[in-house]
Amino acid sequence: MAYGETPSQTVGPYFAYGLTAGQYAYDFTDIADPTIAGPDAAGEHIRIIGTVFDGDGNPVNDAMIEIWQADADGNYNENPIDVSETGFRGLGRCGTGTDAKLRFWFDTVKPGVVKDAEAPFVNVTVFMRGMLVHAFTRFYFDDEAERNAKDPVLQSVPADRRDTLIAKRVDTPTGIEYRIDIHMQGDAETVFFDV
Amino acid sequence: MSTFKPRDWGSHAPYIAPGYKSTLLRGPTQAPLAIKSGLTEGTGPRFAPASVRELDFDLTKNGVVNGEPLGERIVVHGRVMDTDGRPQPNTLVEIWQANAAGRYVHKVDQHDAPLDPNFRGSGRCFTDDQGNYKFYTIKPGAYPWGNHFNAWRPNHIHISLFGPGFATRLVTQMYFPGDPLLDLDPIFLGTEDAQARERLIAKFSIDKTEEGFALGYQFDIVLRGRNGTPMEN
Repeated sequence: MAYGETPSQTVGPYFAYGLTAGQYAYDFTDIADPTIAGPDAAGEHIRIIGTVFDGDGNPVNDAMIEIWQADADGNYNENPIDVSETGFRGLGRCGTGTDAKLRFWFDTVKPGVVKDAEAPFVNVTVFMRGMLVHAFTRFYFDDEAERNAKDPVLQSVPADRRDTLIAKRVDTPTGIEYRIDIHMQGDAETVFFDV
Repeated sequence: MSTFKPRDWGSHAPYIAPGYKSTLLRGPTQAPLAIKSGLTEGTGPRFAPASVRELDFDLTKNGVVNGEPLGERIVVHGRVMDTDGRPQPNTLVEIWQANAAGRYVHKVDQHDAPLDPNFRGSGRCFTDDQGNYKFYTIKPGAYPWGNHFNAWRPNHIHISLFGPGFATRLVTQMYFPGDPLLDLDPIFLGTEDAQARERLIAKFSIDKTEEGFALGYQFDIVLRGRNGTPMEN
């Protein structure tokens, strides 16, 4: 190893006009937003929604969540991001400071199963003031119990913590929601991965 | 596609760094679970060059309303590479910072220092095929924060990069050489390894300084390297 890694530093409280300008209504463009898949994208359209809680159980209002996921066929879109053709970009980014209940949300399609996994999931990166290093996790889906039971990564998680990674399906009048909260600490502390 | 070497935790801060108080309730308390790097971690978003507009790399111009922004013009050059020294081309670099007075455009920032109507403080650029990037900006000011009595953040620029895969994602801060606040800053000091911390400080460069226009700094960024054996794709 010829060079040492550049240390990670916190995004701090003021990232919004740089990283999530559209969502927060700043006069700047952004390269990702809460829409991972537009209406034309193939697959089952879903919303992933939840709250980030700190160690006191208070919702965090200045976290930024990113999702990187496969499309409905289980393929990652590595081409330069251009939603105009398929309506699917694979990357989403959402700050927790604009929703009245301080939630993050992503409008997307349910991913297919990627080649080296057994169950569908999305990859999640968590950033916030108070985190000097971002944390990686995954969201799985509760209506995939059979496939979840075979997924090597999910099964490598101690059984009593596995639930922290599983989003719960709720059929609402406006569409399918998968609900999952991120707990930074406490009894329900989310499982984070060293990837 | 290949997989990436494990993150070198010795180069990074712990999740709970008691000097930086916000970490106490926000950092995970359980060690992250190691998983085998695979297809997922080796892939990542790519961005079309068109997603960076003409003035996005020039923060001295991209927020102009009716004049020049106030403060010291600087130009930052850098190379994005991995731990084996391999350049990382076509990587998106996002930037945001305070203005020369130490005030952010962000609505939450209540510091009693003036906004600059001609400076927004956010931008982005791409690395070229040799991994090099460059942006122009105004040197950001120091500002107070509530971590402890008389706490001041050193001058810094926030930088966010994706790199070649999901696993190489990095958000960091670039500091300036000789800043007396560095040794007092719990965010900078959160990285316990002194040598690693040095990598957060840009180098002044008279060679990159533009005659009569802007002081030059060099800030190289090192991302995780790849494993030797390419994964079957």
